[in-house]
Amino acid sequence: MAEKILMKGNEAIAHAAIRCGCDGYFGYPITPQSEVMETLMNEQPWNSTGMVVLQAESETSSINMLYGGASCGKKVMTSSSSPGISLMCEGLSYLAGAELPCLVANVVRGGPGLGTIQPGQGDYFQSVKGGGHGDYKMIVLAPASAQDMYDFVDLAFELAFKYRNPALILSDGVIGQMMEKVELRPMKPRLTEKEIIERYPWATTGKTPDRKQNVLTSLALDAAVHERLNQTLQNKYRQMEENEVRYETLMCEDADYVIVAYGCMSRICESTVELARKDGIKLGLLRPVTLYPFPTKYIQELTSHTKFMMSVELSAGQMVEDVRLAVNGKIPVGFYGRLGGIVPSPEEVLEAFKEQIKKLN
Amino acid sequence: MDIKDIIKPENRVYAKSKILTDTPMHYCPGCSHGTVHKLIAEVIDEMGIQEKTIGVSPVGCSVFAYNYLDIDWQQAAHGRAPALATATKRLMPDKYVFTYQGDGDLASIGTAEIMHACNRGENIVVIFINNAIYGMTGGQMAPTTLLGMKTSTTPYGRNVELNGYPLKITELIAQLDGTCYVTRQSVHNSAAARKTKRAIRKAFENSALKKGTSFVEVVSSCNSGWKMTPVKANEWMAENMFPKYPIGDIKDV
Repeated sequence: MAEKILMKGNEAIAHAAIRCGCDGYFGYPITPQSEVMETLMNEQPWNSTGMVVLQAESETSSINMLYGGASCGKKVMTSSSSPGISLMCEGLSYLAGAELPCLVANVVRGGPGLGTIQPGQGDYFQSVKGGGHGDYKMIVLAPASAQDMYDFVDLAFELAFKYRNPALILSDGVIGQMMEKVELRPMKPRLTEKEIIERYPWATTGKTPDRKQNVLTSLALDAAVHERLNQTLQNKYRQMEENEVRYETLMCEDADYVIVAYGCMSRICESTVELARKDGIKLGLLRPVTLYPFPTKYIQELTSHTKFMMSVELSAGQMVEDVRLAVNGKIPVGFYGRLGGIVPSPEEVLEAFKEQIKKLN
Repeated sequence: MDIKDIIKPENRVYAKSKILTDTPMHYCPGCSHGTVHKLIAEVIDEMGIQEKTIGVSPVGCSVFAYNYLDIDWQQAAHGRAPALATATKRLMPDKYVFTYQGDGDLASIGTAEIMHACNRGENIVVIFINNAIYGMTGGQMAPTTLLGMKTSTTPYGRNVELNGYPLKITELIAQLDGTCYVTRQSVHNSAAARKTKRAIRKAFENSALKKGTSFVEVVSSCNSGWKMTPVKANEWMAENMFPKYPIGDIKDV
């Protein structure tokens, strides 16, 4: 029987990092995710696995430490919350441009600006549309439980290295702070320098006579070269869209209506679906697990037998734009969102849903 | 005697370091970067540490340093090189890690990163090229631009009321307990270049001894940015830059 421990979502990230062979964590304190670094510092993994944990002087520095660590072929990560992620967007663009793998966890709070330390989902656009400058994408995973927080660390690293691309865990203050039972997975050892050199021949491990120098850069001043580099990135993103879409459904098979929700709101909307079914309403739930790549094809399939789709978010309406793009006008799309850190109850969501379908008829 | 009799290995007094590539440098004739690159290449070569050295290049004229030194390189965002070097050194402690940064990169946009890397005493080498101007973007004011000095953003000369004072960041760096060796050198003549090479070598040796951060400023000329001939630029540097940025060791622990 695998070990299960009661812990916060944020603590789960820290334990997962140590146990999945992460080489380095670089971070800066910010509510509501400071438990990640605090847990790591308490665990002192440098004595057990040799993992480096360092408190940086800013989020700007944290993300650039990731650039350095990732350049060495190391599994490196940071975590932060919304304002901190904004500071990291420059670095994320460079990491994506230089095709470097890393993991960033964003335990989202309400914005804009300093906003609130209460939960939010207003960083969806920043996460899936870019955030930093230029044409780039990050793999974005949205956990809905403390177990997801744990499991997505390993998954995010796997995808980041598979595609040599930054991966983001887009969590929120609810998932980060709530305590749940988490099953610890078997320990994975960190890679040795020899294994890194074999697996990641692009890494800056020191130029040896048997190979050319490795240079990790996002710079290409020649227009034709730069267009080709961009095309390489775009081809990679198309591969991700083809292979890495993940989602979960609840009673979508016979559904007349579907709610689309991720993270903490998908947990709440599970109850909304149960309530609706008791009222005889055939409501289903689609929970995108990857926000990029987005489950566009599945949403298109759903439009063949559903009458209405509603996106439920802790934002003013961000993911709903991707739902609309996928639905492409075939059925009406509604939205229900709360702001300021207010998390609606399942009943409030159901009420909003009923109001909106009333208008359809 | 025929020239062929002269060109023989035993008569050779100088050879290009094998760390220097054959790529033609994009630096302007007279620029100090080429000389400093050569000195770093010679130090890496003489210490036999090509396989163990990771360079971090900045944003600025020396963004392309990776084209000229045949080692592994990471190209950093503007000012962030010390953060990259921090992680690289901590994750691969047996490597030699150095940043190569200009005055805009290190003393303006990257002040937080350089201060904290030095304050943590990262066992890295910092090469700081101070030519008092933004070369790559076309000669704008740098934090180290002298008072009265004309640049494209101080066309009437740097003015205290508008622009504040030239930043002696190396003196600030020397105050930090994490630094073990802080020195200011130049490469305007061969004697100065030899001293700079010794300083760079010492800095690399320090990082293996885990003594903390070694910081080598090289007061440099940017004759294009300064709109002078290379010879005039060196003279101007000695007359005007050295009084403000005096040459010599500031700290050697």
